[in-house]
Amino acid sequence: MTVRAVVLRCAGTNCDEETAAALRRAGAEPSRVHVNRFLEGGRRLNDYDLLVIPGGFSYGDDIASGKVLANQLSHRLKDQLDEFIARRKPVIGICNGFQALLKGGFLPGRAGVSVSATLTDNDSGKFECRWTFLRTSSGKCPFVRGLPAVFPAPVAHGEGKFVPESEAGLRTLEKQGQIVFRYVNERGQSDGYPWNPNGSRGDVAGICNREGNVLGLMPHPERYFYPQQHSHWTRIRPLPEHGVGLQIFKNAVRYAAQVAS
Amino acid sequence: MLRGPDFLEASPMELAALSRRRRLSLSDPELAAIRQHFKRLGRNPTEAELETLAQTWSEHCKHKTFRGTIDHVERDELGMERRRRYGDLLKETIMRATDEIRAPWCVSVFRDNAGIVSFDGRRAVAFKVETHNHPSALEPYGGAGTGLGGVIRDVLGAGLGARPIANTDVFCFAPLEQKDVPREGGALSARRVFHGVVSGVRDYGNRMGIPTVNGAVCFDEGFSQNPLVFCGTAGVLPVSAVRKEVRPGDRIVMVGGRVGRDGIHGATFSSDNLSHGIPASVVQIGNPIVQKKMMDALLQAREKGLYRAVTDCGAGGLSSAVGEMGEQSGAEVQLEDVPLKYEGLAPWEIWLSESQERMVLAVPPQNLEALKALFSAEDVLCVDIGFFRNDGRLRVLYGQETIVDLPADFLHNGAPRRHLSSSWSPLRIPAEWPRKGGRARREEDVRETLLEILSSPTVASKEWIVRQYDHEVQGRTVLKPLVGPAGRGPGDAAVMRLDWETHAGVALANGLNPRYSRWDPYWMAASAVDEAVRNLIAVGASRDHVALLDNFCGGNPNEPKVLGELVRAAQACYDIARAYGTPFISGKDSLFNRFVDKKGARKDIPTTLLISALAWMDDVRRAVTMDAKKAGDLIFIVGLTRDELGGSHYGLVKNIVAGRVPRLYPEETAPLYDALSEAMERGWVTACHDCSEGGLGVALAEMALAGELGIYADLRRAPLDGAVWDDSRTDKALFSESNGRFVVEVPPRFRRYFLSRFEGMPAACVGEVREGRKLQTVGLEGKSRAWALSDLAAAWTGGVRP
Repeated sequence: MTVRAVVLRCAGTNCDEETAAALRRAGAEPSRVHVNRFLEGGRRLNDYDLLVIPGGFSYGDDIASGKVLANQLSHRLKDQLDEFIARRKPVIGICNGFQALLKGGFLPGRAGVSVSATLTDNDSGKFECRWTFLRTSSGKCPFVRGLPAVFPAPVAHGEGKFVPESEAGLRTLEKQGQIVFRYVNERGQSDGYPWNPNGSRGDVAGICNREGNVLGLMPHPERYFYPQQHSHWTRIRPLPEHGVGLQIFKNAVRYAAQVAS
Repeated sequence: MLRGPDFLEASPMELAALSRRRRLSLSDPELAAIRQHFKRLGRNPTEAELETLAQTWSEHCKHKTFRGTIDHVERDELGMERRRRYGDLLKETIMRATDEIRAPWCVSVFRDNAGIVSFDGRRAVAFKVETHNHPSALEPYGGAGTGLGGVIRDVLGAGLGARPIANTDVFCFAPLEQKDVPREGGALSARRVFHGVVSGVRDYGNRMGIPTVNGAVCFDEGFSQNPLVFCGTAGVLPVSAVRKEVRPGDRIVMVGGRVGRDGIHGATFSSDNLSHGIPASVVQIGNPIVQKKMMDALLQAREKGLYRAVTDCGAGGLSSAVGEMGEQSGAEVQLEDVPLKYEGLAPWEIWLSESQERMVLAVPPQNLEALKALFSAEDVLCVDIGFFRNDGRLRVLYGQETIVDLPADFLHNGAPRRHLSSSWSPLRIPAEWPRKGGRARREEDVRETLLEILSSPTVASKEWIVRQYDHEVQGRTVLKPLVGPAGRGPGDAAVMRLDWETHAGVALANGLNPRYSRWDPYWMAASAVDEAVRNLIAVGASRDHVALLDNFCGGNPNEPKVLGELVRAAQACYDIARAYGTPFISGKDSLFNRFVDKKGARKDIPTTLLISALAWMDDVRRAVTMDAKKAGDLIFIVGLTRDELGGSHYGLVKNIVAGRVPRLYPEETAPLYDALSEAMERGWVTACHDCSEGGLGVALAEMALAGELGIYADLRRAPLDGAVWDDSRTDKALFSESNGRFVVEVPPRFRRYFLSRFEGMPAACVGEVREGRKLQTVGLEGKSRAWALSDLAAAWTGGVRP
């Protein structure tokens, strides 16, 4: 079957084209659709099998990053998105998309029921674009299948520091298998800045909901879906056929196909 | 209506006073030409007409200096005089090179908002670099951000609109340590300018979602009151979208942002010296998200073929955009229809305002509704403000009142040509490098000197800045600004792929060295062209697919000495571009980078030329980076090292003003580059680094640092000019900044092939890559020196202290 993926964009979204390219390579049929089409009712989220909210500066990140889009999702599209998630369709929020899902209350889970958390200013106080490594936890998220235990990934953000409500909250997320990616050094160890580029508590780089079908991450898998996107691919011989990031999209596409059938 | 004396009857002095009062920057002959025009009509010009003429005729828009007639005289060291008259400097140097090279891939040059090239006949690439110097001096954050915003719109307004895929930025600042120096006449501190400019470009570029992939920062005392901020953008468009036209009856549609009182007189203010007391309202206020939305909608409208022509609203606002588009047809605009940020603007202010994030389209009437619907779906303003006429008249109305009624021909061609004179003679700088302290002292120096040069801010790592710029958004960046396993090495050029279906792409680089101007602006410019081309060669491009952009910056060109330097630089551009076969496709100049303080003291910047270069790459997967790759590989030096320490970083850190400035011998370097391009194409090269500021010493150190590997190099085996060899000066071999050189890493199995391709050329194997983390050299006197990589890294990363 054809997996219809929607890349949701709005004013200030800027990673939509390459995210669509990665989805296409992963086997999906992507469309980039402005959030206005859903707000007007011309389109419905349930017309699609897979939702990706890509990176960017939605609405200029005014108020706080992802906040205005988060409000649109949680106030005006809540029913549609809740239904999408309840049907176990895959949702991935990358960078600004992660910020929007988190601030809209879709991650780590419903407000009041789940741990609450936020993403805030990097400890360095500035936007940073760099490569680091991620360690994958074999938790609840079905999109990590086949990923190496430790793999390189790029980040580019100014507000990526993950802060849960408490240390206990962090432990709860861990216990529930909701922490999907952690920042590590190339040997897979927790190693502070710059490997943890923003000062995230618990080195958290990506989390999922309790059911596992909603994933949010600050690193950009669409910036490593072909091998020459790697920070130093000219040193790697032989080059792999794909970038590691593609695997996440492939998993999501496969999962979406299973859900739909 | 115009206040003050009757324009038709006013004396030349009264007219000049009027020009000064209204900041029109019009000269006496220009004022006279305007008066004559209106005398024939038997009426006074309106306020809006005078403003329209002033901005259309401004240096910023018209390039009166570069297009004027210039009587140039040069005197060499012996007092021999050489005279030459240029009827049109631009046409006779920069544009002439392009005409003579006749590269078939030049699709649109010197015509549109950006130069456009196409190498595969299907996709075209638009490239433009501009300065925003005056605004950045006054309000660094806003000035630099809108500078970038403006050049992005140039690319959006090239052809029917190119999709921006990369930004470049080059800054010239005063040394940051200058903060204790008392500021003269209200200029901002070096540190404040630095922080403002860096973050202004960051916030605009990142929010636009365009990767900033290449750049340079130069610190020099000469820029203490007048920083230079160069922003560039490259974009992709289908070849079929290059052509644009305006037909009479087409609607004039403004899209993007609303109009406010920001940026009034930007064009005219940047056509004059900077002085204290300039109102900040001349600097525009930017909002990148408004522009991002506009870009998203515009590119969709282009795909759908909804408009016939587009241009950006930059300097001069609507007056310039509509004026240019209607140059042939004429145009009529109703200013009451222009949406404002707030009430209270005079009609002429609406017409002239440089409020950002706007473009003007020529839309066939039958497409108007579809266009409006498309823009409204993306929440972007889109308003019909008039139509293109068929009688060559520019008419602007506010309600019932006609505020401008000018023939387009007078507006565009009525300005009197300027006549200027220029002169140049070399400063008396000793050609011989001093031998202070005898041999022993000197030898000790070499070790220390390399560390000093590595930590001098122009050479030192710019990682602090580079990491604040998203260089990977859009996912096309194949060679990033920082390379090597730890992302620490300064890449020579960025490489971007055009799409995800093919492997074709472009490499982007720049060349700049204002320090050489003091010796000779001719060689300053020649070096800039060579450095830009060299950087492209270093990543695997070849000379036959390189396009250039020029950006001239200088002081007040009414000063013959200032203009003389510009003329010499322009002449070098012609000579070298012609010799290399690399055409210029677009360019820009920014003059009047002069600061006049309260006491009237004047200071001009050093004449500076930025060359930005773009090369086509058939297959980006063959790109090469500069980090040392593997122990056991051989290190070659390609290109001849001469006794050329004039203007060098060695001189800078030792405070020595002496030596010969690096020259360029294209008959020697062109075949060398071709050999290197072929060696790289054949896969014999695993790393290659351009050799520029700091010479071989810095190039070797950077390669080792970037690759986290040791390098051993015996300088006695390097291709050296007799003058360097004869007096066994290791310092000259290591720090001379001769053009046309590379350090190249070649696996041993390719040694023979590599050498045979370079037969008869200056290229030699000097050593190898090693495991141990140190840089080791053997000097010309046979002495061995070593630097631990950790020491080199400490010097290099500590050089820029924000």
